[in-house]
Amino acid sequence: MKEIVVISGKGGTGKTSITASFAYLAKGDIIVADCDVDAADMHLLLKPDFAHQENFYSSEIALINQDICTKCGECKKICRFDAICFDKQYKVKPLACEGCGYCANICPVDAITMEKQNDGDLFISTTKVKSTMVHASLNIGAENSGKLVAKVKSTAKEIAKKDKKEFVLVDGSPGIGCPVVSSLSGADYVVLVAEPTVAGIHDLKRVHQVVKNFNIKSGCIINKADLNKEKSQAIKQFLQKEDILHITDIPYDENFTKSMTEGKTIVEYEDKALSSTIKSSWNKITQLAKIKK
Amino acid sequence: MKISIASGKGGTGKTTLATNLSAFIAEKNSNIVLTDLDVEEPNSGLFIRGELTHSQDMYKMIPEWDKDKCVLCRNCQNVCKFNAVIMMIDEVIVFDKLCHSCYACSELCPQNALPMQPRKMGELKRFKYKNLHFVEGKLNIGQEQAVPLIAQTLDYVDNNFPENHLKIYDAPPGTSCPVIEATKDSDLIILITEPTPFGLHDLKLSVDTMRKLEKEFIVVINRHGIGNANVEKYCKKEKIPVVASIPNSKKAAQAYSHGNLLYKVIPEIKTEIKKVADYIETKMVKM
Repeated sequence: MKEIVVISGKGGTGKTSITASFAYLAKGDIIVADCDVDAADMHLLLKPDFAHQENFYSSEIALINQDICTKCGECKKICRFDAICFDKQYKVKPLACEGCGYCANICPVDAITMEKQNDGDLFISTTKVKSTMVHASLNIGAENSGKLVAKVKSTAKEIAKKDKKEFVLVDGSPGIGCPVVSSLSGADYVVLVAEPTVAGIHDLKRVHQVVKNFNIKSGCIINKADLNKEKSQAIKQFLQKEDILHITDIPYDENFTKSMTEGKTIVEYEDKALSSTIKSSWNKITQLAKIKK
Repeated sequence: MKISIASGKGGTGKTTLATNLSAFIAEKNSNIVLTDLDVEEPNSGLFIRGELTHSQDMYKMIPEWDKDKCVLCRNCQNVCKFNAVIMMIDEVIVFDKLCHSCYACSELCPQNALPMQPRKMGELKRFKYKNLHFVEGKLNIGQEQAVPLIAQTLDYVDNNFPENHLKIYDAPPGTSCPVIEATKDSDLIILITEPTPFGLHDLKLSVDTMRKLEKEFIVVINRHGIGNANVEKYCKKEKIPVVASIPNSKKAAQAYSHGNLLYKVIPEIKTEIKKVADYIETKMVKM
């Protein structure tokens, strides 16, 4: 079983649209995992049935029992996150509390307990093309520590092993922090979706540094390639220098938005040049993912 | 006044709005500072190419094991909720990336064997572009926690610019801890979205977040004209003011790709940016 992770660093490059198209083409041959848990959108295109749902608990926050509290204020003094406020009584600000437990540890009368937080939900679904999809939604303000991302991935991998599927296709998280690190960990092949803009190049370079630390093979799709030919060329030079395979160019095409507006993947929406480019890219990627490092 | 520009989905135009709005306002008002808090992927500086006036390394505090003082009591491991401090047979190992700098292990160590030491996590840079002050926080590659750098960048801006300055923040995407940190002290949040199903879905998440934080917020629609009218219908139903609609055009996408400020080259966009600026001005008068 091989794991293919699609990431972009920057948002809005077309990562999810492209990943959903791959998932549509592969039908039931793969397990799909949406690891962009902070703003998960792939379900809008793949229409999973949300058949199985489970709560996800990972973090804790402090809770002060007012019946026991003697208002000594020690908790407020030691908290580094300004998470305890005083208004007639000491209270914990739930969104500010990091769950470090320091206050509970030092409270002289044991008035503070650490309570498990429901950080979000995990779903196991069947998509409109009959593949299994693992996805999640993070609760508002929950810590996106990458733990929910890791859980989505490990669940998808278990199912892939059990069902003897060749590939797990992961829609990764944006940025360079914990969620994307969790998305990348254990991957066999990384697909970078870039755009030829100053911001796109900047973010591609940063996220590539993260990929490099993992020593994973990677390829790049340049989306909206004709938007700025000079920047497209700059991306290609960067790819060559860094030994990243240039998988393909996709032109600037408002069909991306039009298909999304109808809740369809691009390959369902139009059956011309764009679709065949995406089809041949997916074939290439699956071949590359199978090659040993 | 403090204003955050945020969005659930990435790539909807946070940076575009933040940079264009700030540069536009700065043409008449020099008491304005733009701060890029999207420290994982800061992009505002690609559009506001000012003169560098200040730069400093940013540190987070991490406990460092003092072998000579340690008596291997294991208290540090027991108090750490993040598995960042682990005691092996005869040594204590600190995992920097897991540490949340809560100081519990350090201050509760009976031997003072885990003093907190600064460790570089990123950089802060300050620029001047014509009238506009611009501050950027940038996280080092390999650092996984954005929140401490966001908090320190906010502190820097608070301590270095007077109260009467208009402070505009380019926030990180999403609805989890980084965006909460970036928006928690703001007087007004501008949510920017696209008129598409992805845009609407993520806008709803952002609206829920802002309501939970009890923040005043308005919406600006970017790439208006593509997609459908569902974002507008939703905002109307929820009584959320849509202050401006930036029209979609390939010309705008091209100008953006070069790192140009859109309002300077596309008059229709200038009209919309002015609407947001006027809205802010009215708010500031009332404050």
